[in-house]
Amino acid sequence: MAEISQGFTTAATLIGTANTELLSIVWLSLKVSGIAVMIASLLALPFGAWLALVRFPGRQSLIAILNGMMGLPPVVVGLLVYLALSRAGPLGSLGLLFTPAAMVAAQTLLIFPIITALTRQVIEDAWIEYREQLISLNASRGQSMMALLWDMRFTLLTAVLAGFGRAIAEVGAVMIVGGNIDGITRVMTTAISLETSKGDLALALALGIVLIGIVVIVNAIAQIVKTTAMKHHG
Amino acid sequence: MVESILPLSVRSLSYSVGAVEVIRDASFAIERGSRNIVLGANGAGKSVLLRLLHGLLLPSGGQIKWARADAKFKQAMVFQRPVMLRRTARENIEFALQVAGREKNISHAARAALESVGLTHLADRPARLCSGGEQQRIALARAWALVPEVLFLDEPTASLDPTATKAIEEIIAAINNTGTTIIMTTHDIGQAKRIAHRVLFLHRGRLMEDALAGHFFTEPQSPEAAAFIKGELLW
Repeated sequence: MAEISQGFTTAATLIGTANTELLSIVWLSLKVSGIAVMIASLLALPFGAWLALVRFPGRQSLIAILNGMMGLPPVVVGLLVYLALSRAGPLGSLGLLFTPAAMVAAQTLLIFPIITALTRQVIEDAWIEYREQLISLNASRGQSMMALLWDMRFTLLTAVLAGFGRAIAEVGAVMIVGGNIDGITRVMTTAISLETSKGDLALALALGIVLIGIVVIVNAIAQIVKTTAMKHHG
Repeated sequence: MVESILPLSVRSLSYSVGAVEVIRDASFAIERGSRNIVLGANGAGKSVLLRLLHGLLLPSGGQIKWARADAKFKQAMVFQRPVMLRRTARENIEFALQVAGREKNISHAARAALESVGLTHLADRPARLCSGGEQQRIALARAWALVPEVLFLDEPTASLDPTATKAIEEIIAAINNTGTTIIMTTHDIGQAKRIAHRVLFLHRGRLMEDALAGHFFTEPQSPEAAAFIKGELLW
């Protein structure tokens, strides 16, 4: 119990004093996960929408694989990215291993199936309602996809948030490809892991509280935006 | 070159879902400029027939032949439950115009369409926040803005009160007066009498009568149509 209360006190002190190290770790965490979410969303939203509207042999199998990949173990993703970026790997010449870019790549791979699978489900449900109207208007598949993505934008925010939550909270992949280098690739989760292994539970807990706070605040803002927008747009 | 997509010629049309024949061996033609009411009880196959004609469903058998190959670009449909995009009323119409390939004066055309259904004041209101009657009028404006040769209407007033129904019927008459052919389903005999030039009476998927409205209502040829007109419950 003492560690918990000390953790809250340490968290309050670190935040209250705007601790430089804490801020840099938080900033890198947000930057890495934010960029990963942006890249994954840019790819997954249209791909998920496309998958919702097209029919082809093997589609159900692809959907099953994507759904399964929502639970992809981060360490496996980290290992794959590590192998790709290591000196002997196919992308080794880029020299990205143990950089934030490698962490972005790992998190993008990790959350792409999540955003794709959720987008596919949202758009497929919407298609049931919109299908006849859009076909009646002679909308092309591309036009239908864009219309559905735009119309379901508030619901899809939840899919993007699920990706963000997964990205910012994972530790295995970024630990492997980032290396947890102080000041360069240390993010909140890897810092928590390190402080725990060092036995500084109070600091680890403090970082954990900050991490949970960020996730809650981001979700709360998104929820407010979604509710307000739905109220105004129907 | 053939100018109009009409006449529409339907031969031995059938549509089945599994072993159930929803439309059975229907043959008829639709002429230009007319107001055609597809009349029948719930479950008679009216909506399915409309969807087959509009190309939303593929027939199990028979033939639907338009006078022009590009007929699908000259039609519009308004559904019983209007589907509004999460945009303003004006933007809903603008979307339809953009999809139809219109590039110029889209905003002006959308406003004109809204004006023609008396909803100029709702132009910038999110369409989904409008009442059921207003949404149906927006759907009509959206369809009208496309200047279709044929307008399909699937029970457009089924869930509306008499005031909203009257407004919708006036708009349908106005659209028809601009030369658009109307093909509309209803189970409401009063509405069919008010609107129809011609009645196609369906009973259990079979086209029982195809007659001018005056003739249909005074001298129905089938016992099913006679019973329906009298308001008797059909077996």
